[in-house]
Amino acid sequence: MKVWALHIAVVLALIAAQLVLPPYHANNLSRIMVLAVFAMGYNISFGYSGLLSLGHALLFAAGMYGAGLLVHHAGTPALPALIAGVLAGGVMAALVGLLALRTAGVSFMIVTLMFAQVGFLTILYFNGVTGGDEGIALTAPQRLFAGLDLTQDGPRFWVALTLFTVALIANLTLVQSRFGRVMLAMRENEKRSRMLGFNPYTVKLQILIISGLFSGAAGAAYALLFGYIGGSFASVQYSILPMLYTLMGGAGTVLGPLLGAGLMFYLVDFASGLTSAYLMVVGAALVALVLFAPKGILGTIRERWLPWLP
Amino acid sequence: MAAMILEAHGLTKSFGGLRAVDGVDFALHTGEIHALIGPNGAGKTTFVSLLSGRIAPDQGRISLAGQDITRMPAHQRVRQGIAYTFQITAIYPGLSVFDNVALAAQARGARDLKTEVSTALTRVNMGALASQRAATLSYGHQRLLEVAMGLALNPRVLILDEPTQGLASGEIAGFIALVRSLVPHTTVLLIEHNMDVVMDLAQRITVLNHGQVLAQGTPAEIRANRAVQAAYLGVADADA
Repeated sequence: MKVWALHIAVVLALIAAQLVLPPYHANNLSRIMVLAVFAMGYNISFGYSGLLSLGHALLFAAGMYGAGLLVHHAGTPALPALIAGVLAGGVMAALVGLLALRTAGVSFMIVTLMFAQVGFLTILYFNGVTGGDEGIALTAPQRLFAGLDLTQDGPRFWVALTLFTVALIANLTLVQSRFGRVMLAMRENEKRSRMLGFNPYTVKLQILIISGLFSGAAGAAYALLFGYIGGSFASVQYSILPMLYTLMGGAGTVLGPLLGAGLMFYLVDFASGLTSAYLMVVGAALVALVLFAPKGILGTIRERWLPWLP
Repeated sequence: MAAMILEAHGLTKSFGGLRAVDGVDFALHTGEIHALIGPNGAGKTTFVSLLSGRIAPDQGRISLAGQDITRMPAHQRVRQGIAYTFQITAIYPGLSVFDNVALAAQARGARDLKTEVSTALTRVNMGALASQRAATLSYGHQRLLEVAMGLALNPRVLILDEPTQGLASGEIAGFIALVRSLVPHTTVLLIEHNMDVVMDLAQRITVLNHGQVLAQGTPAEIRANRAVQAAYLGVADADA
């Protein structure tokens, strides 16, 4: 009960923030919520299940290009394009998982990283279709989402909030379900899980596909809400960012990705105002986290004060 | 002749040049408590790892209730009813005691997790510890949790790999009563170093030495067997 109350309160706080914040920050909030959905997807695989992937940019890009290319080349309306993007994320995760899950640990990190690099280079190579480095800007009519004009801040916020809320509920339901318990079991002791009758390969494949659906949804929404798709979103930076968000907010916590995405977003925003080497600040944040708060903010809070936090 | 639940024929497994298990024939009678004993390095754990599917044999055949399971992966054998509890405690330290046992119960599709978990925990006398984190349990309780997870699987064959290791003597008496209460519903294969426990519990005993079956029989027969005495009980001359 108090778990759901807390999460509803967070959604209400986001609505309140949009009403009082100046447009610049309200718009940032939309971006943060979409990135948080991406990080939730990452958190499902890494935080809850212990699958440390370095290739989630590929899943984000699958959603982004799955939706964006349909809109741009085939004139698909935004809503079906979004759904296609979600599915593209899931399908891509399945393809990667089928091969990458034959490995574990460091090998899994390297294999997923390689897959993502292949995806990145493929996007650059076929620049006639994908726009390559320059990317493709979506036009205003293409961004009409079920009658809502996504070039406007208001509708953009509400669509982002809806997506975030749906993802939040899905995430919370997932981790409190029986399957959520199996996810933790995979992270805690895979050998034991096999000897309880779980097939680690298929369980991890399912986890990765769910993670891909979240990542694909975030990528597709990002394309439609902010009107641009580009190769940089498939670069390694977009594999590292959701990991950073998750680590900062708290791996294996439902609200950690939102908190981490928000803090990192403003840290980067602030740092890039000071120096063009803002990635160095990102790196320093990662090092500091690993050294001083390996469980992240909410992970530490859960350990100290709120053991019921999901 | 009693019905066989689990049978092995000519089971062989080598590691490098070492034949850890060497042509073992073995049969587990339905509903019995069968002890597997032998000196350190005799191949006991390797042998039960072959039975449970954690490692694949080089040669030989394994069947469960007449069905060939030699090529069946471990997780599927668990679903067919072969449960294995680890020699080195393998629980989920970060999860609650409840979640540990619930994972076992839900793995076989149990509907009412709360009841099933509390039944399994009550059997090992840990009902009051359900909400505790498994990592904070005493070693003895972690061993019992491991057994409770095995029980929650409701297996046909329960393989216990040195279950009493690290238990206090008071806990051992309770453990003996627990194992005895499992049969004949469950068949128990027990690897055990504590001879009092073995002699007390087992209806039949198999002695492994250098990966081969040295002797098989009732506790009385094993006690009287000279080869066993020489190889295992450390008596060079049985008349001494």
